[in-house]
Amino acid sequence: MSNLIVTSSPHLRDRSSTRGIMLDVIIALIPAGIAGVIMFGAYTALMIAVTVLSAVLAEFLFNKIVKKPVTVGDLSAVVTGLLLAYNLPPYFPLWMAVIGSAVAIVVVKGLFGGIGQNFANPAITARIVLLVSFPEAMTSWARPFLPGADATSSATPLVSLKNAFLEGNTLDITWGNLSSLLFGLEGGCVGEVSRLFLLLGGLYLIARRVITPTIPLAYIGTVFIFSWLLGASPLYQIFSGGLLLGAFFMATDYSTSPMYFWGKVIMGVGCGIITMVIRLYSNLPEGVSYSILIMNILTPLIERVTIPKPFGYVKAKKQNQGVAK
Amino acid sequence: MPVPERVLMSMQQHVGAPCTPVVSKGDTVLVGQLIGDSDKEVSAPIHSSVSGKVAGIVELTMPGGAKVQAVEIHADGEQRVHPDIKPPVINNKADLVAAVRASGLVGLGGAGFPTHVKFALYNNAEIDTLIINGAECEPYITADYRECMENSWDILNGILVTAEHFGVKRTIVMIENNKPKAIEELKRICASVASEGKGSIKVKSIPAMYPQGAEKVMVEQATGRRIPPGKLPSDVGCVVMNITSTAFVSRYLKDGMPLVSRRMTIDGSGVANPGNLRVPLGTPIQDVIKACGGYTGETKKILMGGPMMGLTVMDENMPVLKQNNAILVLAGDEAEISRESACIRCGRCISVCPMQLSPTAISLAYRAGDAEEIARKNVACCIECGCCSYICPAKRPLTQTMRLAKAAVRKAGVK
Repeated sequence: MSNLIVTSSPHLRDRSSTRGIMLDVIIALIPAGIAGVIMFGAYTALMIAVTVLSAVLAEFLFNKIVKKPVTVGDLSAVVTGLLLAYNLPPYFPLWMAVIGSAVAIVVVKGLFGGIGQNFANPAITARIVLLVSFPEAMTSWARPFLPGADATSSATPLVSLKNAFLEGNTLDITWGNLSSLLFGLEGGCVGEVSRLFLLLGGLYLIARRVITPTIPLAYIGTVFIFSWLLGASPLYQIFSGGLLLGAFFMATDYSTSPMYFWGKVIMGVGCGIITMVIRLYSNLPEGVSYSILIMNILTPLIERVTIPKPFGYVKAKKQNQGVAK
Repeated sequence: MPVPERVLMSMQQHVGAPCTPVVSKGDTVLVGQLIGDSDKEVSAPIHSSVSGKVAGIVELTMPGGAKVQAVEIHADGEQRVHPDIKPPVINNKADLVAAVRASGLVGLGGAGFPTHVKFALYNNAEIDTLIINGAECEPYITADYRECMENSWDILNGILVTAEHFGVKRTIVMIENNKPKAIEELKRICASVASEGKGSIKVKSIPAMYPQGAEKVMVEQATGRRIPPGKLPSDVGCVVMNITSTAFVSRYLKDGMPLVSRRMTIDGSGVANPGNLRVPLGTPIQDVIKACGGYTGETKKILMGGPMMGLTVMDENMPVLKQNNAILVLAGDEAEISRESACIRCGRCISVCPMQLSPTAISLAYRAGDAEEIARKNVACCIECGCCSYICPAKRPLTQTMRLAKAAVRKAGVK
């Protein structure tokens, strides 16, 4: 017998794969997307499909052009496409969505080396690029179940929230208001409106151990405490805008968030503070995207200071004290 | 198993300095006869496992690639025992250390650390706890479990001798909770001693979770004490002994037969009748497999040791060593080599590392060729348990990279 395989240990491998992880994220995202389509209609379904397909195509073409192995099989481009579509208004023009996908996949991800190498979240960065490029299209909202032009400029709950805060009022919490947010009966981006399904998707990711609850808890907890201290309707803050989508699906992006426990805490708290400062004191209605992007950029620095000490590590000081005694 | 026709006694069957053969071609040797020894402190003598004739001193390539001397013996099948084999006379603690050395005992759990070196620590006043490691070191392996079931009284006697030698206040026997029968058996016989007032022996059930058998993990599980990087169990007042090694000490004191055979688990989809066998040291792996009904199907990989830390052998003539607790024969899918892809920074390698390291960060520093950065990330603490490679969804060979990274630090001379 001469054909024995000689390899370095270990000789057992877990069955998980990059593709499996991405598939879990897709599964977790689907219910919120279906809710969005039911509320906003067939055009929204088409918009989601075009965004996802163009993201996958962009990755395929980029791989071919730079002569690298084709990586669309890992499904990460599908996740990016879905997340981008979920962050767009329901009647967003298709050609603009395609530009967004190309920016996300080629500029933000591919040019920095592909999966795991990008320093900023592709979907979030593309959303911000679209926001500054096409401000009008990016802020044309629609109320659910009211398709058509007459409803396109209605204010989102976040604007009402900010106005109430600036006037020194706290919005009364009623089951009607809260439930319409939970079930997605208020205006907003395609994927962010159905908070109930986003919560379920987030819990699915935690149960499948795709993500740990650290970043979402730190993020949402900070938003709650911040707005509670300032009297800015904490429960509404949590269930408004893109907070749940951002906290569970985007701030937890592996490539662009810290890997270590305390790093994740800093990431979540940082996102929470920046989100609330933007929501309450700036001219922008929503701060989730900017907060995540800023924390993405800080991630390498956060990791530098939060890398855990090895098992059994003793501080030099303590050791000296021990000897002195 | 039947006596093999020939054995190949490697002069390196332990951590430390290799032995030099003390027999030469044509000599007749008997079971238990000294055939290799070293004057170095960290080493362990080697004894013949068969009676027969020395066919020669040959060169043997170990699974790690190192070349060592080996004594080849053609067995006569009679297994005549050397006349000098008799129980050692123990008058004091130094006698016991000498006897343990003469027995050729090394850590039988897989590490192969010479036991007498540990026993020489007996004058260390700070040692207060003896930990008996009965956590099977890796998946598949059940050799220590069989020792608990078959030789529990030897284990107990070995514990009593060892505990008295070190003057420890307590002994904790660690058994994984997927072996309730072993726990029950050891509790039963340990209770019989406690009633006679011979010291505190506690049997502790611990979760069956790899790498529970790793020394640092074991000490923390038993006592809550954490061994600092670069330190030994004795630095936190503990001595750790493998459960089969402990039982061997008591048997050696009774009959004086050195370590010439051992129990091992033979398993894996490529072997016909998996099980535990008592194997003479130096037996070629193919003879062991034959005793287990031979191969089934197409064998792809043969491991010495478990699936997580075991070494792949290049040749089925490779002989069994003292520290080999298992032979695994992998066929088909079990031996599949996964294709690696880019790191997605999921952090799973960090969450499974028992030493709280960041394998992915070390890997990054290694690929950047930055030895100082590797050292700063504490690669020296890595115990090479294999968990990071196991869990990696991108199938990156992280454990292998840790080994290369350690070598890079050594080469660059970074402290």
